[in-house]
Amino acid sequence: MTTDTGLIAIGGSAGSLQAILKILEYLKPNYPIPVLLVLHRAFANPSPLEELLRVKTGFKVKEIEEKDKIEPGYIYVCPPNYHVLTEANETFSLDDSEKVNFSRPSIDVVFKSASDVFKDKLVCILLSGSNADGAEGIFYAKRNKSITVIQDPAEAQMPVMPRAAIRRSKADHVLNTDEITGFLNSLII
Amino acid sequence: MKTTVSDEEVEVLQQDFLEHYGYDFTEYSKASFRRRIQRLFSMNGSFSFSEFRKRLLSDPNYFYEAVAEISVNVTEMFRDAEFYKAIREEVIPVLATYPHIRIWHAGCATGEEVYSLAIILKETGLLHKSLLYGTDINHRAVDKARTGIFPAANMQQYSKNYQEAGGSEDFSSYYTTNYGMVKFSDQLSEKIIFSTHNLVSDFSFNSFQLIFCRNVLIYFEKDLQAKVLRLIDNSLELLGFLALGTKESLRFSVLDPKYKQPFGRQKIWRKIK
Repeated sequence: MTTDTGLIAIGGSAGSLQAILKILEYLKPNYPIPVLLVLHRAFANPSPLEELLRVKTGFKVKEIEEKDKIEPGYIYVCPPNYHVLTEANETFSLDDSEKVNFSRPSIDVVFKSASDVFKDKLVCILLSGSNADGAEGIFYAKRNKSITVIQDPAEAQMPVMPRAAIRRSKADHVLNTDEITGFLNSLII
Repeated sequence: MKTTVSDEEVEVLQQDFLEHYGYDFTEYSKASFRRRIQRLFSMNGSFSFSEFRKRLLSDPNYFYEAVAEISVNVTEMFRDAEFYKAIREEVIPVLATYPHIRIWHAGCATGEEVYSLAIILKETGLLHKSLLYGTDINHRAVDKARTGIFPAANMQQYSKNYQEAGGSEDFSSYYTTNYGMVKFSDQLSEKIIFSTHNLVSDFSFNSFQLIFCRNVLIYFEKDLQAKVLRLIDNSLELLGFLALGTKESLRFSVLDPKYKQPFGRQKIWRKIK
């Protein structure tokens, strides 16, 4: 399998977990593009999220530690209380500076930084949530020529976040979760 | 109007800072450093990049304010309660056996974690024979730390952290409240020395039995991390403890062979060689 895409970044808040599981569960086996998850969450550490993702998706799941190299076969999860930045040498670095949109990790921060490095080889997907984090990230990523996808607010459990992003900029695609899976599968040959 | 700073411009500034002021940011993690410069640049929206650069070079006061803005100084008291519980239950009993206890918080920001430890030392009857050093590159943060004055609005969260970290006293007995701010007791602050110190360019200044360096290394590239870890190693006594941030590790580092991690997944290492 080959692909031009280097990274898929998925951001979500309230109501996004089910959507994420649904999207990732039916990706083609041995899906070659690494996934970066940035979620607002208040889970304990270690959280049950990693185990759930592992079982459902067949990916290796890793809560990011600083300087982790971005590799295929992995779902990388942003750790609570850190922003995750992407370095030019395709590693992650952590940043515990001020919250953005009352959030750390912030979807805006993570999307912007990933798009600075991966440009048109990045897909940003924004899912359900009840605040406006991610809207600026989608806007910025699109300007960086990244492919931007927003979950259809009609399907999202919490439509505030996708709606805010749609208002802020014209994303490349507004799709429901099944269509997002189909789109991600179409990125590989 | 230009709104973003390019990678090349960030490198120009790094060279400027080094040549004009002796501040070496060249081995800071690029993405994070760039984001801080970007933030600073945006705060001065009316400037072009060349004006921004010129001001940084010609106005030392502005440069030092910039350093204060660039360095991350987010912190809280008893941050990661479980970690402080391990410090209280595992590390403090060992420190208690020493006649004099010296502790260094490297990169202490506004000092909340230093006061946290002073409280633990007080409650375990060790504060009278302890000396805590809190250092940071950010002079403004250090000045703030020295006052011992913090926003009262944070106290509810800090009190909760304190209890989760094994504290059982009345947390509010450690400070007095005035006009929305609290001031921590002189009993705590008289055992603390706050000072500026740059881990990149300054030397070891004492030997310690416990060093905190939490969420500092994440901002450095690998080679600089190694350099700073050697500085820390040179400042830590044999059988002393080193505490890192939740997502930092000595694994694969220069110090790995000389240290062990005795308390499960707590980010506390002990120097064994």
